[in-house]
Amino acid sequence: MAELTRVRECLAQVRDGLRAYRLISAMWIRSLMAYRLSFVMTAIGNFAVTAFDFAAILLMFSQVDRLGGYSLSEIAFLYGATCTSFGLTDLALGSMDRLGKRVRDGTLDTLLVRPAPVIAQVAADRFGLHRLGRLLQASLVLGYALVVLDVDWTPLKVLMVPLMLLCGAGIFAAVFVGGAAFQFVAQDAAEVQNAFTYGGTTLLQFPPTVFAKDLVRGVTFILPLAFVNWLPALYVLGRPYPLDLPTWVAFTPPLVAALLLALAGLAWRTGLRSYRSTGS
Amino acid sequence: MRVRTGRFRLYAAVARGGFRRYATYRTATLAGVFTNTVFGLILAYTYIALWDERPGLGGYDQSQALTFVWLGQALLTVMALMGGGFEGELIERIRTGDIAVDLYRPADLQLWWLATDLGRALFQLLGRGVVPMVVGALVFDLALPTELGRWLAFLLAVLLGALVSFAIRFLVALSAFWLMDGAGTSQVAMLAGTFFSGMLLPLNVFPGALGEFARALPWSALLQVPADVFLGRHTGVDLLRTYAFQIGWAAALLTAGRLLQAVATRRVVVQGG
Repeated sequence: MAELTRVRECLAQVRDGLRAYRLISAMWIRSLMAYRLSFVMTAIGNFAVTAFDFAAILLMFSQVDRLGGYSLSEIAFLYGATCTSFGLTDLALGSMDRLGKRVRDGTLDTLLVRPAPVIAQVAADRFGLHRLGRLLQASLVLGYALVVLDVDWTPLKVLMVPLMLLCGAGIFAAVFVGGAAFQFVAQDAAEVQNAFTYGGTTLLQFPPTVFAKDLVRGVTFILPLAFVNWLPALYVLGRPYPLDLPTWVAFTPPLVAALLLALAGLAWRTGLRSYRSTGS
Repeated sequence: MRVRTGRFRLYAAVARGGFRRYATYRTATLAGVFTNTVFGLILAYTYIALWDERPGLGGYDQSQALTFVWLGQALLTVMALMGGGFEGELIERIRTGDIAVDLYRPADLQLWWLATDLGRALFQLLGRGVVPMVVGALVFDLALPTELGRWLAFLLAVLLGALVSFAIRFLVALSAFWLMDGAGTSQVAMLAGTFFSGMLLPLNVFPGALGEFARALPWSALLQVPADVFLGRHTGVDLLRTYAFQIGWAAALLTAGRLLQAVATRRVVVQGG
């Protein structure tokens, strides 16, 4: 009986969090829409920033037919998948890296006294709808890849695509939250987070055959970014897995995402508990 | 004459201030070094794959291409290719009107900000450039110059590149006098900076006319030119021509900045009056 109430309390907390997130982000969207032209411009800019990344890949392929043994359409698939996952997370949690600044200048205190979960407030803070630009660019490349890919589609492979996008977003979300938790300790270190978020998605745009074995091992077993898209995508493409992993690992991303999110949640709690305000 | 040395001392002090200011953020610098190193590693492997497929691409052998990657990481913040220099602050001062106070100071606006920005660039070169370069040299086989002369030639190219970089960003910041918001121009400048400097891919890998066009633009003075000097592709008369290219762009853009500053300053008087 006591456990049932605990579960209920927990669910209520999650509901509160989502509600706060919805309200705060809606407020930021309204404020963005007050300057509509500026919104359109930043959204286009967001689109262009990532489009240039893909332009670099196209320029590479103007000189070669294959990179690491992969064709342009296959790399477009890897690129589209990881950038879509990342775009989803960036849209939802893109402001998390401002936490260090809030810890530094003490404005986190304001969030602590409000009757809403802190993580929901931090995540929704300055919610940037213009980040849709990045997401749009990524999904266009993914769409292009899905059209031109030469793959024998099976139901399982079709199902794998949305699954991998969602789980990938979940894994990136865990990295964002974990990185924010780290900023409770090292307030000035927002850039470390960039290494894993932006760096991670840059890494995953290219096939694992490009990288040194130790690097691939690191992002498979230590910080399991390989589960964002490499392992499921290579299943779709019918390519051999890195490190001779068995076939079933392609289906483990949901598990990995859940585990990582749980760990990140734990890190967040620990970080928040350790928080001492900058005030006297 | 005394006035002139006094002026010099003032701007030297301002530059030292710019240096010291960035030197205070030690954790941020460490975090930045870490991030530059991670990106350097990722890019280096993609370049290896590219040069495995097409040896000698763009006239570089593989170790020269790898050197280019790490030079890019080392110069990224020095040249403020993705923003993060003085321009954000200057835009903010224009937006809030604090710029009026600056204009009353007995110092030139452009020279003042140039001095702070050069101080910042020097710190970034030492604080965020050296370590990633060392890591790159330990992990990969880089084409490092063996003669002292080429290192010095490289440093001069970096200094001239920093001047061009400043001149571009000064123009970007002044646009705030008319737009009241520098977000749009900053973003365009950042995009152009990463793409046309060679940060995404060396400009001599760009195909045909696009490559020639990109190499003629001022942004190539920020990374492509210093990197080529480092790799020993410009020597003798050609090296002088390369410097002339950088100086030409610096002079043209700094002059444009001066003219725009004069026009903008008159606007402030109108607004403040």
